[in-house]
Amino acid sequence: MIKTSPRRTQDTLYRRQINAGDYWLYRLEAGQTLRITDSEGNQAVDTLFFNADDTAERYSMTDTVRGQNNLFLTTGSVLRSSEDRPMLKIVADTCGRHDTVGGACATESNTVRYSLEKRHMHACRDSWMLALAEHPEFGLTKRDLGHNINFFMNVPVTAEGGLTFADGISAPGKYVELEAAMNVLVLISNCPQLNNPCNGYNPTPIEVAVWS
Amino acid sequence: MTDSSKLLYRTVLPAGAHWSLRLRRGTALRLTDIRGGANVGMLFYNPENLLERYNAPDTMKCQHTFRLTTGHCLYSDMGRIFCGIEQDSFGWHDTVCGTMNAQLTEQRFGASDYQQARNDRHQNGYDSFLVELTKYGLGKRDLAACLNVFSRVSADEQGNLRLESPALPGASVTLRFAMDTLVVLHTCPHPLSQAGAYPRSPVEIALPADLAPLPEACLTREENRRGQANNALYYLGTIAPAGTIAPAGTMLGDSHAAPAQECHHD
Ligand SMILES: [Zn+2]
Repeated sequence: MIKTSPRRTQDTLYRRQINAGDYWLYRLEAGQTLRITDSEGNQAVDTLFFNADDTAERYSMTDTVRGQNNLFLTTGSVLRSSEDRPMLKIVADTCGRHDTVGGACATESNTVRYSLEKRHMHACRDSWMLALAEHPEFGLTKRDLGHNINFFMNVPVTAEGGLTFADGISAPGKYVELEAAMNVLVLISNCPQLNNPCNGYNPTPIEVAVWS
Repeated sequence: MTDSSKLLYRTVLPAGAHWSLRLRRGTALRLTDIRGGANVGMLFYNPENLLERYNAPDTMKCQHTFRLTTGHCLYSDMGRIFCGIEQDSFGWHDTVCGTMNAQLTEQRFGASDYQQARNDRHQNGYDSFLVELTKYGLGKRDLAACLNVFSRVSADEQGNLRLESPALPGASVTLRFAMDTLVVLHTCPHPLSQAGAYPRSPVEIALPADLAPLPEACLTREENRRGQANNALYYLGTIAPAGTIAPAGTMLGDSHAAPAQECHHD
């Protein structure tokens, strides 16, 4: 459901551009609101959330999908944890649909999906691995990399059970806003996928902003 | 039910039970929904590197499918194939709904503890997975989206999910393993189960005696042939059981692969 936000950019606590291929790891406090903006359109923002006070609890694709009995995320969706608790809620969304079943690109899955020679190309799970390696203070390892959200991606399912990667429904300046229900670590990989005609083989920057 | 003369092993799990075993590549595992209406939640790990585990999103997007059935492979997060679905008389298995936890089970089927109900208690899939995983030093951090065998979940255009009618008595699925795999499973209800009472359908687990590579049906997609090449690379330098991997020299190079034409996901 499309819903615009009343929040003004001049009131932000924090604002930053994240280039394609970069990661962003940030602690969001309960009650704070995070906006992710698809600056140039058709970008995928591969995002994981962890309970900042106990990272064994993390975003769960299955609990979220089962909890709302629906595959897609938009305004009103409650993002649930692996303990089946509300972690964040989508409070505004000008895109209308976000994917959570398609997972993140990896060098290894690229070899299967595209060709064995694509192994060297940068991928989201590499960005997450680097984030974990550069931030040992959070105690996260590969064990903690669960199934993620792909903000701004459209992955419909057909009646016959096919999975399609449809044209993007996002556009420059579309955004999604999430209000934290607990203290959460946000780990974003701004997708560097170069094999994807959906983004014109051209990954682009996003912007993140936080309100208290 | 299975002809026991050609089996290495056979057992019947009642509903609400859990089980695990390390299976060797080349072997098979057959599940049979004896009475109809069963659900089998399954997770897969590489016993040599427990950080390598079943990845439902990769499994779906590598094969452009939401439903899993004969000919589909189950992928790890490392681009390798744990196993392929060699035979399936049911036709559609779910891998996005996860497993029911204790609170949901009590909401749906009522409270029922061991003190009161003994082995007929309403056991849940989440706790069952944890019990088995802990035996291998694994825990909550190692849980991932599972495969739910015998549960057909469809999605409409708006993404609304529906658990369709349950399996007929005797429905069976055979998984053929392409890697050594730690298999962890439970027979607890599917999280979208609308059954009036806690389901009591038993499941037969059978280990057929034959050794075989991935069947042709699992190798018709070029993606799965590349997955098999990744398996072969992993096993380079090890002695493989005869006939369990691709012949030497096949599919280890990929320079002739056509560029992807379809609109792909990130
Ligand atoms: Zn990506």
